[in-house]
Amino acid sequence: MLRNRVIPTLLLKGKGLVKTTKFKNPVYIGDPINAVRIFNVKEVDELILLDITATIERREPNFEKIREIVSEAFMPIGYGGGIKTLDEIEKLFRVGIEKVIINSALFSNPEVAKDAAKTFGNQSIVLAIDVKKDFWGNYKLFSNSGKNKQNILIADHIKKNIDNGCGEIFLNNIDRDGTMIGYDVELIERYSRIIDVPLIVAGGAGNLHHFAEAIKAGADAIAAGSMFVFQGIHRAVLLNYPKYSDLEKIINEVL
Amino acid sequence: MITIIDVGMANLGSITNMINRLGFKSEISNDISKIKLAKSIILPGVGSFDRAICNLKNLHLIEPLKKKILLDKIPILGICLGMQLLTKKSEEGKEEGLNIIDAKVVKFNFTDITNLKIPHMGWNLVEQKKKHILFDDMFQNPRFYFAHSYHVICNEKENIITTTNYGYDFVSSFAKENVMGVQFHPEKSHKYGMKLLKNFTENF
Repeated sequence: MLRNRVIPTLLLKGKGLVKTTKFKNPVYIGDPINAVRIFNVKEVDELILLDITATIERREPNFEKIREIVSEAFMPIGYGGGIKTLDEIEKLFRVGIEKVIINSALFSNPEVAKDAAKTFGNQSIVLAIDVKKDFWGNYKLFSNSGKNKQNILIADHIKKNIDNGCGEIFLNNIDRDGTMIGYDVELIERYSRIIDVPLIVAGGAGNLHHFAEAIKAGADAIAAGSMFVFQGIHRAVLLNYPKYSDLEKIINEVL
Repeated sequence: MITIIDVGMANLGSITNMINRLGFKSEISNDISKIKLAKSIILPGVGSFDRAICNLKNLHLIEPLKKKILLDKIPILGICLGMQLLTKKSEEGKEEGLNIIDAKVVKFNFTDITNLKIPHMGWNLVEQKKKHILFDDMFQNPRFYFAHSYHVICNEKENIITTTNYGYDFVSSFAKENVMGVQFHPEKSHKYGMKLLKNFTENF
């Protein structure tokens, strides 16, 4: 029976990988090609690779680098960062990316999701939702790596983009990013109800029990950064991934 | 040399990456003259059924492909939508399939199960119904990556090699003589998929 996917998220900044906290303070953690090789050996379910400066620097994805990174990875890889056009999406699929993850471009050009879904299928277009709570405790939507607040209702934005053909949602709480204190269960519960496509959640994972909480709240897939790249209280860099049997055990307990 | 048919909408990078890793040569092509010379074919595909069939039509590839498969008996492996294209028809579209395997394609339909999402996306197991060279010396409990909303129903049950359970059992791979199809993505399924592609490239 299908098991919930568990997905390491890798953040690309320039030529190296970093890990952020609340989308800030990027700490260098190593070489992306090496990291993907390690996760390949560990047989991870899937990988997410996000270029966190592409949109801010107003440039397209670094196709050559991406090609190099994915050439020896034999699992599905989702890529996000700087994607604006159908042409770029096609190029990403040609170098071996399985899914494209889009946030910022959908505010200026929502049609790009529609066009891409028509050509490549809904399953390959992922809508990224970055949220933060405001002073009054309301969830607000952000684009451009957490820099621009978008004054649109999150639920409306999700519904519109699913209608346009986004076949998966990547829901991230910026305030939990890198904290390892657990996922925002309230956020997941609230939005999983209106999401009828697969939902990947991110932000806050610190241990396997956090996975169980998120799945109970309605997540179909679990993404984590810090947990898979750091070890111990001093956050020493050590790429790791739970054993398949441990994941099966914790996830089966939820079901 | 394995010829990977470029229907213009598939993730070809990961297939060539894996075949390279296995030490085999492949070419990506939608050129009739190259396809006429092909020794073995992989038909990949993502996206919609009609779009894929129309692309094959526009490239004038339907007849050459059918001739290679049905008359020359060239081995072919359809992957995901590529598997579905080998059947007669799909609920997803109006276009006729390649009609090489006596089967049809339907959408997942969960009448009394409400919590399963479509597409079926992620890793799942296969249950082998019949011995087949694609699964020879396979690792224990093989798991494969799936991403699809439609699945194949075989009219000739003897063509079913594996089934997979998602709400109910569906056909996750079929084979008839030189024609093979897998609903999952071997090119993204770690050592399990690599073994399957190795079996295909070495034996066909």
